[in-house]
Amino acid sequence: MTVLRTIGLTKKFGDFAALDGVNIEVGEGEVYGFIGPNGSGKSTTLRILLGILKATEGRAEIFGKDSWKDAVEIHKRVAYVPGDVNLWPNLTGGEVIDLFIKLRGGNNLERRQELIRKFDLDPTKKCRTYSKGNRQKVALIAALSSDVDLYILDEPTSGLDPLMERVFQEYVIEAKKQGKSILLSSHILSEVEKLCDKVAIIREGRIIETGTLKELRHLTGTILLVETREPIPALEGFKGVSGIQQKGQALSFQVDAGEVDQVIRYVSQFGVTRIESSPPTLEELFMRHYEGTDQAVESGAGGES
Amino acid sequence: MARHLFDGTGTLMRFVLRRDRLRLPIWLVSFAAISAIIALAFVGLYQNAEERQAMAETMRNPAMTAMVGPGYGLDNYTVGAMTAHEMLLMTAVVVGLMSILLVTRHTRTDEEDGRIEMIRSLPVGRLSNLLSILLVLIGANIVLALLTAFSLTVLGIESMDFEGSLVYGSALGASGMIFAGVAAVCAQLSPNSRNTLGLSIAVLLFAYMIRAIGDVTNEALSWISPLNWILRSEAYVNNYWWPILITVAGALVLMVLALYLNSIRDLGSGFLPSRPGKGKASKSLLSPFGLALRLQRTGLIAWGAGILLIGASYGSVLGDLESFFEDIDLMQQMIAQAEGFSLTEQFIPVLMAVMAILGTIPVLMAILKLKTEEKNGRLEHILSRAVSRNRLMGSYLAMAIVTGFIMLSLAALGLGLVGNAMMEEQLPLGMFYSAGLAYLPAMLAMIGVAMLLIGWAPNAASMVWLYLAFSFFVIYLGGLFQFPEWVAKLTPYGYVSEIPIEEIDFLNAGILIVVAAVLMMIGMIGFNRRDIGR
Repeated sequence: MTVLRTIGLTKKFGDFAALDGVNIEVGEGEVYGFIGPNGSGKSTTLRILLGILKATEGRAEIFGKDSWKDAVEIHKRVAYVPGDVNLWPNLTGGEVIDLFIKLRGGNNLERRQELIRKFDLDPTKKCRTYSKGNRQKVALIAALSSDVDLYILDEPTSGLDPLMERVFQEYVIEAKKQGKSILLSSHILSEVEKLCDKVAIIREGRIIETGTLKELRHLTGTILLVETREPIPALEGFKGVSGIQQKGQALSFQVDAGEVDQVIRYVSQFGVTRIESSPPTLEELFMRHYEGTDQAVESGAGGES
Repeated sequence: MARHLFDGTGTLMRFVLRRDRLRLPIWLVSFAAISAIIALAFVGLYQNAEERQAMAETMRNPAMTAMVGPGYGLDNYTVGAMTAHEMLLMTAVVVGLMSILLVTRHTRTDEEDGRIEMIRSLPVGRLSNLLSILLVLIGANIVLALLTAFSLTVLGIESMDFEGSLVYGSALGASGMIFAGVAAVCAQLSPNSRNTLGLSIAVLLFAYMIRAIGDVTNEALSWISPLNWILRSEAYVNNYWWPILITVAGALVLMVLALYLNSIRDLGSGFLPSRPGKGKASKSLLSPFGLALRLQRTGLIAWGAGILLIGASYGSVLGDLESFFEDIDLMQQMIAQAEGFSLTEQFIPVLMAVMAILGTIPVLMAILKLKTEEKNGRLEHILSRAVSRNRLMGSYLAMAIVTGFIMLSLAALGLGLVGNAMMEEQLPLGMFYSAGLAYLPAMLAMIGVAMLLIGWAPNAASMVWLYLAFSFFVIYLGGLFQFPEWVAKLTPYGYVSEIPIEEIDFLNAGILIVVAAVLMMIGMIGFNRRDIGR
């Protein structure tokens, strides 16, 4: 079942198109990773989904309702952590958490205490004294103590230390087990790789790749590590081969999905002594999309496949 | 060792000037221009010595003394004496406010936002930032003095010679310097920029109030206030320099004290303690209105106390006003109109109008807080939860209305209670109260204008302050300048019934309320339709 969906979402600020036809779809019980560099339109998309910004064109729906018109109704079942958490300098962390929980409706005191303990936050301090990480904890505690069906998290761990990052990941996994959906925008690719079922890569306001990690890897191809008796000539120019690196005696390179057969045939002529293959990491996928501009493919592997 | 404390001061001074390259000239030129315009207006309004002398007689009453300071040169009330007497105090207060705003902006605000930390990590002395802003302020106030002196001299008004103008300008500059010193000390004492601003403005208001009370009751009391010092310069009449020198010396002492305090405190800390807060929110906080109230509670209390004090101090002179005019039959006939109202009664609506416009400041602050919250990225937290935009804006609207109601009530009660205690013949308290609340519809209209701007032109929302300043100018100085009737009708305050000398005009009040409601509604529609952002 679809929990969240955008169709042809476009947002213009004056002449500048921040989003240009963004389609994403998050199903029930799914953790959906939303990755892209700074200024690519991640936060704009999330803000439209929350009815804070109005889309210029296209539709944004959560629970099948319009995210602009039915914002209040939707928000009763959504928890959000903004990317840049600004709090009221003269309120304490504890007061802000209580306010946030109350404004959504619901009041789970036990869970609030547990989260404050786990995230190691001093709730009696005024927000003006909090570091970025502590402000983020306030927003996370408020979000995670609410019993909602969808979490929208905008780079929630960018200020947290590794220990707190792990606490956060445990809660995400727990929420997923309970059948809740999570839209997670992140920079930390290892985190996305660990948590997410599906990934969308956005760049300059356009989604350039979506699908499960498996699909993306398949599309992108395989990383081969080959050691041969004789040097392999003219590999640089070979069709479908990229990212060649010398690793000790061996060569490591990436092979496009459709070209594996051809490449193996070619390489085998030079006396293979060792061959290893591995799927590309998300980081390699990501880098590929951001470095090789022209290679960016509009993927056919959409959200539902 | 010690000289390293001030390394890089010159560079930082240029940096301050660069950041304020528009702000500072606008302030300075405005003061010079307004002083000149008012002097010219006096020339035009009072054609001859007799007319000025008549004005001088009205200045001999305690209410005027409380408002603008003790009269001097009243026996020969020249245009120069008139300008200096009636304008110096008010202008000096605003010059003081300028200094406070500039010092706070460059000290505690920069510190709170982490910019001082960046500066301090560079090879720059520990006290260089404070010293640089103080030096800029000293320079700016000297320029202010010269500019004002020059612009008043070139008007070529007979009674306004260069020396007198220089004393007048210097009195303003000295006021600016001493409040720069006050703000610099407050910046060291307070733990943050908000408290710095609050504390400094409290000192400024206290200086005004204590002088008003002192001038009317016991002159010794006035000497606590630096605003009294500069008034003693008696520009264009006696041209005393010593009060200005005392004020400048006082300013320098405060600045040295601020530098010393800055040298012994840690970055980001203050001398006034900050206590740990509550771990849990009280029930009253847990709604958008509760939050709006909580965020503005301190300001509301401070403004409430201030307006009560102003009401009370105006009230304290009502009694004297009566007895003062009892002795002078001629005056009574000249001022009192044929309608049979006493001078006191005629004075009440004038005082109420001034207090209502002052009281509108916290009201507009309450509604504009919504815009500040948006700019600081905090509305996102509220709107991403189950809170509609109508409810959010409605909460700030309610906060503004409550604030307005409290301000008018306190002003009226302060004036009425203290006034009745001072007067032999008492006036009904209910009359005072309705004279005050008569201004509520006008306040609602101002809120409506603010909401319209927030909804449709959020970046221009602060324009409503200009409208308020215009209203103040028209209502407060309108009588002085004898503007035509229709000018007063350009502001909502011009439609308010002048109780007790007029009956309540329910039709006018009703129209104001309807206009206010329409503006509010349009504003709310705009707020519902637009992006929420920075």
